[in-house]
Amino acid sequence: MRYLPHTNEEIRKMLAVIGAKDVGDLFSSIPKDHRCNPELNIPGGISEQELWAQMNSIAMKNRTLSCSASFIGAGAYRHYIPAAVSELASRSEFTTPYTPYQPEISQGTLQAMFEYQSQICRLFDMDVSNASHYSGATALADAALMARRISKGRKAIIVPDSVHPEYRRVLESVLCDGDSIRLIPSSCGRVDRAKFAAALDGDVAAAVVQFPNFFGIVEDFRDIADSLHKAGALLIAATPEPIAFGILTPPGSWGADIAAGEGLSLGLPVSFGGPTLGIFTTRDQFTRQMPGRICGKTIDAEGREGYVLTLSTREQHIRREKATSNICSNQTLCATTAAIYLSMLGKEGIRELANINAAKADYLKKTLSAIKGVSIPFEARTFNEFVFETAKPAAELLAKLDAQGIIGGVDLGRFYPDTDQMILVCVTEMNTREEMDRYAQVLAQVVR
Amino acid sequence: MNAPDDLRYTKEHEWVKVEGNVATIGITDHAQSQLGDIVYVEFPGQGETVTKSDSFGVVESVKAVSDCYAPVSGKVVEVNDSLTDSPETLNEDCYGEGWLLRVEMSDPAEIEDLMDQKQYIAFVAEETA
Amino acid sequence: MERRNSKSLSDTNQRTNEPTYQRTDSSYQRTACGATGLVLEEPTLFEQSVPGRRGISLPAIDVPAFNPCEAFGDLVRDKAPELPELAESDVARHFTRLSTRNFSKDLGFYPLGSCTMKYNPKIANKVAAMPGFADTHPFQPLSSVQGNLRICYELERWLCEITGMNAATLWPAAGSHGELTGMLMIRAYHTARGNPRSKVLIPDSAHGTNPASAVTCHYDVVTVQSGPDGLLDPKAVAEAMDKEVAAIMITNPNTLGVYEENFKAVADIVHAKGGLVYCDGANLNALMGFVKPGEIGADAMHINLHKTFGTPHGGGGPGAGPVAVSRALEPYLPMPRIAKNGDNYTTISDKPESIGRINTFFGNFGVLLRAYVYIRELGAEGLVGVTKMATLNANYVKARLKDAYDLPYSRPSLHECVFSDKRQNAYGVKTLDIAKRLMDYGCHPPTIYFPLIVHGSIMIEPTETECKELLDEFCDAMLTIASECEKTPELVKNAPSRPFRRRLDEAKAARDAVLKE
Repeated sequence: MRYLPHTNEEIRKMLAVIGAKDVGDLFSSIPKDHRCNPELNIPGGISEQELWAQMNSIAMKNRTLSCSASFIGAGAYRHYIPAAVSELASRSEFTTPYTPYQPEISQGTLQAMFEYQSQICRLFDMDVSNASHYSGATALADAALMARRISKGRKAIIVPDSVHPEYRRVLESVLCDGDSIRLIPSSCGRVDRAKFAAALDGDVAAAVVQFPNFFGIVEDFRDIADSLHKAGALLIAATPEPIAFGILTPPGSWGADIAAGEGLSLGLPVSFGGPTLGIFTTRDQFTRQMPGRICGKTIDAEGREGYVLTLSTREQHIRREKATSNICSNQTLCATTAAIYLSMLGKEGIRELANINAAKADYLKKTLSAIKGVSIPFEARTFNEFVFETAKPAAELLAKLDAQGIIGGVDLGRFYPDTDQMILVCVTEMNTREEMDRYAQVLAQVVR
Repeated sequence: MNAPDDLRYTKEHEWVKVEGNVATIGITDHAQSQLGDIVYVEFPGQGETVTKSDSFGVVESVKAVSDCYAPVSGKVVEVNDSLTDSPETLNEDCYGEGWLLRVEMSDPAEIEDLMDQKQYIAFVAEETA
Repeated sequence: MERRNSKSLSDTNQRTNEPTYQRTDSSYQRTACGATGLVLEEPTLFEQSVPGRRGISLPAIDVPAFNPCEAFGDLVRDKAPELPELAESDVARHFTRLSTRNFSKDLGFYPLGSCTMKYNPKIANKVAAMPGFADTHPFQPLSSVQGNLRICYELERWLCEITGMNAATLWPAAGSHGELTGMLMIRAYHTARGNPRSKVLIPDSAHGTNPASAVTCHYDVVTVQSGPDGLLDPKAVAEAMDKEVAAIMITNPNTLGVYEENFKAVADIVHAKGGLVYCDGANLNALMGFVKPGEIGADAMHINLHKTFGTPHGGGGPGAGPVAVSRALEPYLPMPRIAKNGDNYTTISDKPESIGRINTFFGNFGVLLRAYVYIRELGAEGLVGVTKMATLNANYVKARLKDAYDLPYSRPSLHECVFSDKRQNAYGVKTLDIAKRLMDYGCHPPTIYFPLIVHGSIMIEPTETECKELLDEFCDAMLTIASECEKTPELVKNAPSRPFRRRLDEAKAARDAVLKE
């Protein structure tokens, strides 16, 4: 076995030093009645070449996004990944260390974390970011738990249904007391202000809003922030698409106390939805309530600048059952990738990229809505995603589009009742005008 | 071990100095040296009440967290805000500049339950043995 | 790190604190050169930013002109985010330089106990980067992602076979996330029987994440003292066990690297009162082909794919922490489940008893894929060989070091061993100092100060991928340090001197809390 370097001669020498006759002796502490059948029912080992061939044939059973014109987002957006990003992030000096517990020999990872935290704070206009979380959904769930801790005793969390349905389900599972979630239905794709006001009382720890929301809509949440703050509750912002902040108002500017997000868009391949990158930011006064790892700047014994994991007394390995979260790791490599991607984009690059996304999505929205039988159910400002409606079942339309090489979006009916004639469409810089025109042309045929 | 003879002590390593009806509370030299470099202190606000034997705050070092327990009950009349910016004072001068709270006692008799210097030194010796 | 023959060792011994090995029978010798080569200080991205530079080229807009202010009005950001502006070459150099400040598995010995830092096969990364996998979307029609679903389905089967469990979920993103998932299922199980129960038993040797996960699920933690031999004591468990105990969380082998020989007895005690047994699978590397926890009473077990199945740790993630469960817990597994009908793979998302979702999409699919590749390449025999060689390596290191370092527990070790700094304390040297000094010898330190039941613990897990020469180098370094502790303790206490940075001021970092630029 190529990953086991031991020769028989070495094994013999090592056993002699240990004072054991054979390797089996080393397992003598395992009682006989605990032993399993040593023959595992798993296929036998194969060579790398055979493995590669086999993996290739499995991969062939997938159809890649590039084989079609793809218009699906719904929380996982396809963006172009510059070659330098993947190449730098896949250096084994970044991929093969553990968590930087020994800072003297981990300055690379630590400085990258510090730079990631700094970039995310600037992008989100928030005071402090942790070194990342597992995913947008788990970050949001931990944000809700943190809001409860801060509000000392308040339990309820207001959640509009325009928050990503999978984020909501993760939130429900993690809070594991379903009745504390106050779900409010949207009105025209936006937070229903009257229902929101009715849900807000003295037991509310926080409300979650998503920007852009699951329907692609961006709305002004300043009024919601105000009423929450007046009621002594917090505003948690969730974002599935941080590229939007290249041109749109970041959560820090509209009153978010905690802003969580999904960083898959920041240089990571969609890869069937993961590995993801959870973004977690908050305001200064809540730093010590924040879950997850944080990197801070300091100096070494010779006075030179350096970085360490800090404020670790919040964490489970010290505080155990009193920790701010049970999580004990993060997605460092994904955060490093995001840091590389964001430094490639820069201040102007991200603005331009966001602009291209919005412009193209706007073009497709206008083009599709001009088709007879297609309407836009939610009249609202949208970023790179929008919903359209027809008189036909979405599933049927999507299948017909698929047959013509177009992955036309997501059937909204799989997430919401009474929306099975609505399709959620996403456009990024990866979609050309030609593709969009073809989409419109095919849709016009099949919608009749 | 440094433990002044004019103070009373708890088993959780807090000290109390009584002046009239007001008790000044801090952590002992033994506590600060066990914790190591103290980096953060969290205590109740002025006007809040503390209850004997209940946790009233937290002292954190780089690698450890310690709850602080109230030696006496009463209303907090003053907190040592300067520790927020320079928690290291707790390491440098725990019986002086590093005090934590001043409490107006609701039941001064509670003092009698606390250890004096000799008892505390013996207690620490036993605990560390 | 550079390779030299032993004759040239003296060339590098110019500094007084230069590590000098006491040679054993290695046929060659590596010498740690630390940061003595061409190592450049590297300012932050922000310090290097020059307005107007950029590292990306974007396609021209091929749609009609678009005015964001018109479209978005007051939702337009008033100032662009102040991201650093650099050319691609600046970015490439910056991150390449940063990478040289890291010690990594590919650079050398990394015996971090309880973390299973084994070599990460390159083929797994190559497969994960294949467009056939990387360029697929979680909401594509299922018919167009049959390959991905097959990976998930088969990986689930294989993990169940290795652990002796009935079914598994692959979606937790890490071990701690898996623990939370497992405990949520246990809570759902009890809730369905009328009472979620209120307590969870956790041995004092457990990882800190065990109590944290239990509390997140609204349970009170009851700590169970280990017996004098470091093992779980059935009597102590029986005393703590009642009908309010939802589960016990057991790490096996435990964090001392010792097999919990009373596991079955303890499981029986817990089951008799209606409780469940959660097994922390952090140490699965010691069990493959020897013990299937599901067969000896475990009801749920998370598996750290980044430990046992060789997926890269990535400096702390992404990992994956699938949870395998017994028949009793299967109905509560998170959604979606993967099913196979004939040759067709599909997903199930509507099981009423399920705890719901615990992550978006299909978890950290890219990590699952790497673990699949690892298991497929090694095969059944390879995995058993992994456990055998991991145990051989740990016992070899233990045998070589036991005369120089205190062994607080003498029970036989499996895949890792735990020493303490008791003997070195006599010279004023602590575990932390020994750990830092190891860096000067080109090794990553072991896990230190864990488990908590050993004062000044030094927890060594070599893993199976390390050859005898490397183990000997590490042991030689440890033995040399032990003698340095006696003769020149100051040298050890001031270590390290070779890495890019000396000891960092953690108190200052926590007090100043400079967390961004």
